[in-house]
Amino acid sequence: MNRYAREGVETVNALYKKDGKTRWSIMDKLLLGLTPQQYMAQLIRNPFNWILAVIFAVGLPIIAGRFLFGLSWVTHSSCDYPWGLFLGFGLFGMVPLSSSGFQLGTTVEVFGRHDFEPIERLALLNGLLGYFFAVCFLMVDLGQPWRLPYPMVVAFGPAAVLFLVAWHVATYLSVQIAEVSCSFFEWIGFPMGKRGVRRITLGLTVAGIILSTLHQGALGALFTYAPGKVHPLWYSASFQWLHFFVSSIPGGLCMVIVVSTIARKTMAWRCDDNFCNNLDKLTVALAKGASMGLATYLTIKLISVAHDNKWEYLATGWGAWYIVEMLIGVILPLIIFAYSIRRDKVGLVRFGAVLVVVGTVLNRMNTAMFTFNWKLAEREIPHWREIVICITIYSIYITVYRFILNRLPILYQWNTADEAVPEFSRSGMNLAADKPSPAPAGTYCSSVGEPASGTAGSPVTE
Amino acid sequence: MKRRDFLKGCMICGTAATLGVSKKSWGAGSFEGYPEGMGVLVDLTKCVGCRSCEAACNKEQKLPEPDRPFTDPSVFEEKRRPTERALTVVNRYDTKNENGSAGGPVYRKIQCNHCNEPACLTSCFVNAYTKTKEGAVVYNPKICVGCRNCMIACPFNVPGYSYSSAFNPVVKKCIFCYDTRLKFGKPPACVEICPQEVLTFGHRKDLLKIANERIKETPDRYVDHVFGEKEVGGTSWLYLSGKPFEQVGFDTTIGNDPIISNVKEFLGTVPMVLAIWPALFTGFHLLSTRNKDHGDHGHDHEKKEEGKQ
Repeated sequence: MNRYAREGVETVNALYKKDGKTRWSIMDKLLLGLTPQQYMAQLIRNPFNWILAVIFAVGLPIIAGRFLFGLSWVTHSSCDYPWGLFLGFGLFGMVPLSSSGFQLGTTVEVFGRHDFEPIERLALLNGLLGYFFAVCFLMVDLGQPWRLPYPMVVAFGPAAVLFLVAWHVATYLSVQIAEVSCSFFEWIGFPMGKRGVRRITLGLTVAGIILSTLHQGALGALFTYAPGKVHPLWYSASFQWLHFFVSSIPGGLCMVIVVSTIARKTMAWRCDDNFCNNLDKLTVALAKGASMGLATYLTIKLISVAHDNKWEYLATGWGAWYIVEMLIGVILPLIIFAYSIRRDKVGLVRFGAVLVVVGTVLNRMNTAMFTFNWKLAEREIPHWREIVICITIYSIYITVYRFILNRLPILYQWNTADEAVPEFSRSGMNLAADKPSPAPAGTYCSSVGEPASGTAGSPVTE
Repeated sequence: MKRRDFLKGCMICGTAATLGVSKKSWGAGSFEGYPEGMGVLVDLTKCVGCRSCEAACNKEQKLPEPDRPFTDPSVFEEKRRPTERALTVVNRYDTKNENGSAGGPVYRKIQCNHCNEPACLTSCFVNAYTKTKEGAVVYNPKICVGCRNCMIACPFNVPGYSYSSAFNPVVKKCIFCYDTRLKFGKPPACVEICPQEVLTFGHRKDLLKIANERIKETPDRYVDHVFGEKEVGGTSWLYLSGKPFEQVGFDTTIGNDPIISNVKEFLGTVPMVLAIWPALFTGFHLLSTRNKDHGDHGHDHEKKEEGKQ
């Protein structure tokens, strides 16, 4: 796609084509403004698609097999280890990385920091997709996934933490869909819908904060049901929910840094100048936020060890592993951030962010799998099919992520952002004048040596 | 902000708070078990490991044929746990005397202990478990979603899951023969068949008296402790042992608090968050966007009806 962009093929970034008269059809929009032949050609040219194809060819039949032959065909989940990779990695690992939605929503909408806007939509989408695919992982893991709505309609177990998780994740998913729908309405050309959503944005955002606080914490609180099974270093009756909630903050922010880095590299044609020019600055800003989260997390981790007087466990093998986890996910990134933020070394910040993401997932997998049942002699090793399914679902996640980023105005701004009355004035950008945005959509200019700038072309007004 | 909107906001927050409280506080309060609850006293000093209880359970609960027959003593080579194919198992433990010499084998029957405040019940988000007034903890396979949180929560590692079933996997655990026997006042199949009178069926409170009398009469024979009297809030099945409990496979570190009491600290924060957050963050919003051009979104401050749940 980057090649087409360089060659100057016109891509969809507004309701109307550059000539200002013809509307992009849905088909054009889906094919990114390319002809079907061009679209296929770029699909085939991308080696990453071939990797995905191989993964799907192997993985999809195995996922089908899981539903036909039962869980025992794909997992080693036993009576002692009921939760395997699907939940340990899929659910517990993906949810904290998806806290970005509520955090940037809060920053922009509640605290009024509009300078974060270029990355807000990416953060919201990251949140939505993370949650959605966490639920997908859950569907694969549940014994009877078709009964998933039961806690909503058939039978209620209100004293259970999982009841709270179910309700909150379901509600939060709808909140996030509403938040992300803004971009969808722009893309599809339905300004009414967009305006409707904008009107309740503050409510949605505050709802997002509440729901996120509670269910990020609740996922941690799930493990307080197993005080004798989770290793004491990863367990704390009083702090468990705080650990999960607080570590989700740097986790989510760093996931946005990682995703934006990848998108900037692999989808350069889709990123507009507003995104590209602000990205480095925003990356550092996000890292600052993440550092504060990490520092808080480190503190409460230490407090919980002191609170239950668990120092002696640090001297054991489990303790060494605990220290490794803290080093990778917390202490090392803190040092890296402290160094690189001050010196404005964005590349190093991004490396630190990768560490935080790895560390957060490692922490969840440690709690849910590696140190679970630490008193039992034998550890569960996941079945190869379980690993394949995880990789497959994660690949679907990447594919969907890419599909949306390529199309919806997430990394770029919709050219006619607020066409209240598109029929009257075709002259384009000027009608956004009554509602000026901090970085007006008309700021497209072919500056910088970026391939992206060629795509956007000159504003319609010219 | 207009005064009317302020009042509206207050009401919304108030409703959220009450909803939160009334929903979650069910988890609170402690429960000592039903007064007429039944139980079984297991006297490990009498058990000879004949495994006839396993066979009786298999027949009563219509479980699949075991891999090795119930007369095969080779199963004692390993430590087994209840699974979806065997709701009760007998294990052999080689014990030691205080002076370090071999104390001979002790056999222990394992099954669901039917807690007074079951962890499985409190962790279940569809309420598939019920503690009946007879003392049994029974399970409703019709509504179980299969999250297996109960297996995570059970401090005794009892529930098993039929992973091999693709379309109707369910949790399998001892249900005290509730449907076929306990409901009608009859003892469970394992108790009835035991040739050594290891198992005594009766009201839990009477069994506690019997257990303490036995300890009192023959203090040399027993460890002075009834396992299950207080553990995790008390269980309907009680154990007497001649050897220290940790030597015969009991987890003596589980404590006397019901599992749910670990979770209460979190559950307590839920209404707080529901009540405080909306006001706090809309407050932040008003403060931080005051006198600022907040134009381009055109969302006005009174639209916060979503803040309630």
